[in-house]
Amino acid sequence: MHVLVVEDDRETAQFLQKALKESGHAADLAEDGETGQALAEQGAYDVLIVDRMLPRLDGLSMIRELRGKGVRTPVLILSALGEVDDRVKGLRAGGDDYLTKPYAYSELLARVEALARRAVPEEQETRYVVDGLVLDRLSHRVTRDGEPIQLQPREYRLLEYLMKHAGQVVTRTMLLEHVWDYHFDPQTNVIDVHVSRLRAKIDKNFEKPLLHTVRGAGYTIRDGAA
Amino acid sequence: MALPERLLRAISTTSFRVAAITVATYLAFAGLIVGLLLWQTNRVLTSQVLTTLDGEAQQLKTEAQAGGISALVRAVETRSRSGGAGLYYLADGAGAKLAGNLSRLPPEIVGSSSGGVFRYAPDIASAREHLAVAIPVDVGGGMQLIVGRDVDDQRRFASEMGTVYFLALGFLTLGGLVAGVAISRVALRRIEAINVAARSIMAGDMSRRIAVSGNSDEYDALATNLNAMLERIEALMSGLREVSDNIAHDLKTPLTRLRNAAEAALRETGESAYREGLEHTIEKADELIKTFNSLLLVARLEAGALEGNAERFDVGRAVRDVAELYEPVAEERGMQLDVSVASGPELVGNQQLIVQAVVNLIENAIKYSGKPGANSGGAMITITLEDSPEAVEIAVADNGPGIAPEDRERVLKRFVRLEKSRTEPGTGLGLSLVQAVARLHGGAVRLEDNEPGLRVVLSLPKRAGDR
Repeated sequence: MHVLVVEDDRETAQFLQKALKESGHAADLAEDGETGQALAEQGAYDVLIVDRMLPRLDGLSMIRELRGKGVRTPVLILSALGEVDDRVKGLRAGGDDYLTKPYAYSELLARVEALARRAVPEEQETRYVVDGLVLDRLSHRVTRDGEPIQLQPREYRLLEYLMKHAGQVVTRTMLLEHVWDYHFDPQTNVIDVHVSRLRAKIDKNFEKPLLHTVRGAGYTIRDGAA
Repeated sequence: MALPERLLRAISTTSFRVAAITVATYLAFAGLIVGLLLWQTNRVLTSQVLTTLDGEAQQLKTEAQAGGISALVRAVETRSRSGGAGLYYLADGAGAKLAGNLSRLPPEIVGSSSGGVFRYAPDIASAREHLAVAIPVDVGGGMQLIVGRDVDDQRRFASEMGTVYFLALGFLTLGGLVAGVAISRVALRRIEAINVAARSIMAGDMSRRIAVSGNSDEYDALATNLNAMLERIEALMSGLREVSDNIAHDLKTPLTRLRNAAEAALRETGESAYREGLEHTIEKADELIKTFNSLLLVARLEAGALEGNAERFDVGRAVRDVAELYEPVAEERGMQLDVSVASGPELVGNQQLIVQAVVNLIENAIKYSGKPGANSGGAMITITLEDSPEAVEIAVADNGPGIAPEDRERVLKRFVRLEKSRTEPGTGLGLSLVQAVARLHGGAVRLEDNEPGLRVVLSLPKRAGDR
């Protein structure tokens, strides 16, 4: 995956570049909005990571101009401003996801990988399959090894989101945002409880676990050991 | 020394100056009126006298024309003896006195044609001279006749009047000045009381207040307003002090833990110990970040920064959805979460913030319902929503240990954590955020006794457009 990091703080930018490289991704750096825009226009990037506060051209204006020129590369906005209205402004400007500083790198990586996946047309996918677990998006039916599994509507949406990102790490915050559409920091382990309920339904009576906990990051659904 | 100084201070006050100017203006007008009165009285009296004299002169002239000199002499003599205020002097051409009660010809009148004022001594024994008015009368034959009138009574009356007037003016002046000094000293005393209070407040006694006399005058209004201002300042200051004390505590504790975790990791050897130490360090840093984020959010809400982001939404549904999210959490901890909320009631507001406020209330209920002192029959959390034309009231009730009535106001403040819960994880900002969200929407938070337990009511008014 090829990522462009537009961030004026050199230390942060280099930290991201190094960390992304370690995760197996290539990252270019731009220190201001104009350079970032120029690079994004010519380069074939999978994801842009854009800081909101940038010299020369601020992050939101840069995204707006890129979108105006037909550049559809997914954008993750980084910002020190984290409230609901800032998020809404960021997404309206054409951003695809929004992350508040300071953030955990695992959170950023999970979101960047999810964004890269989004760029691949997958809306036509009507079935998600992980090993023997099948989720049929048309009939809303879930089976494992052919046996039907009864899920509550919210459990279905949770599983759907996890399976859409099969093989990728999905953080608790991402689940809260995409499955429940909430943007707050819970003080309790609310997501864990829901995931463990789902796990009880899809993994309990089967030999091979599919839903794994990734320590310090979140969850992933995949065929194979953690 | 003290008195002149105090007098000087009284004199230099605004109220004394106002009093002095008032008295002076009043005096000037009073003096003018008195002078005008005296002058007018004099003029009227004098013209009356002159009219009488003219009449008398006419009569005497008639007598002289009819009866000659002897008749005139007789008439003058008769009138002279009558004992009235009339004064007469008749002399022949050579200047010898023929009749009359004046001892000599008043020189002031002799030369004048229209008469005038003169002084004479009515009797030899008395040295006091009387004032009189007289006119010369032309009776022909070279004779000189003076007809006059003693006006001494009138003069005395006028002079007494004048004395009374001036005395009155004197009293007025004195009274005015005394009143001015007194008023200004009262004013000074009230102002001084305010000054004394202000000085002692500046010296650090923030609880000091200005005395209110109860006269409900403008000084009382001023004192009441100043006291209200001081009250607000003191509340803000103590709030600030509380916040900074609590920031010091609540941020220092996780910072210390963070430092300890890092230090402990350094002392260890082996990769897994390092890894564990670092993970622990990051966990502590995340706690700090959470606290900072909450603090910033509360501060921005209190500044009204997010007001523009309102939408119309089904608040019943929003509350039910979020309760549904927490139902398994409560269940896992052996609590019952009872939600009796119907969809339908609509509200204009920031849905994310209102949901977050409800989440804070539910998380608090879950956190504290399991505490010792909680109902032995099993922890129970009840969420209800009351919809009225004016407001939507979301209530989250538990049967935990509750909060003592005297602490209920306090726990809404930033970073305030009751002693019992200080060791619990949490930022101390949960209820402050609920309060800030309520205020942003023009609503309020009420903490009530659930008997047993705590019932927190988030009351959000519907705006005019909602009804």
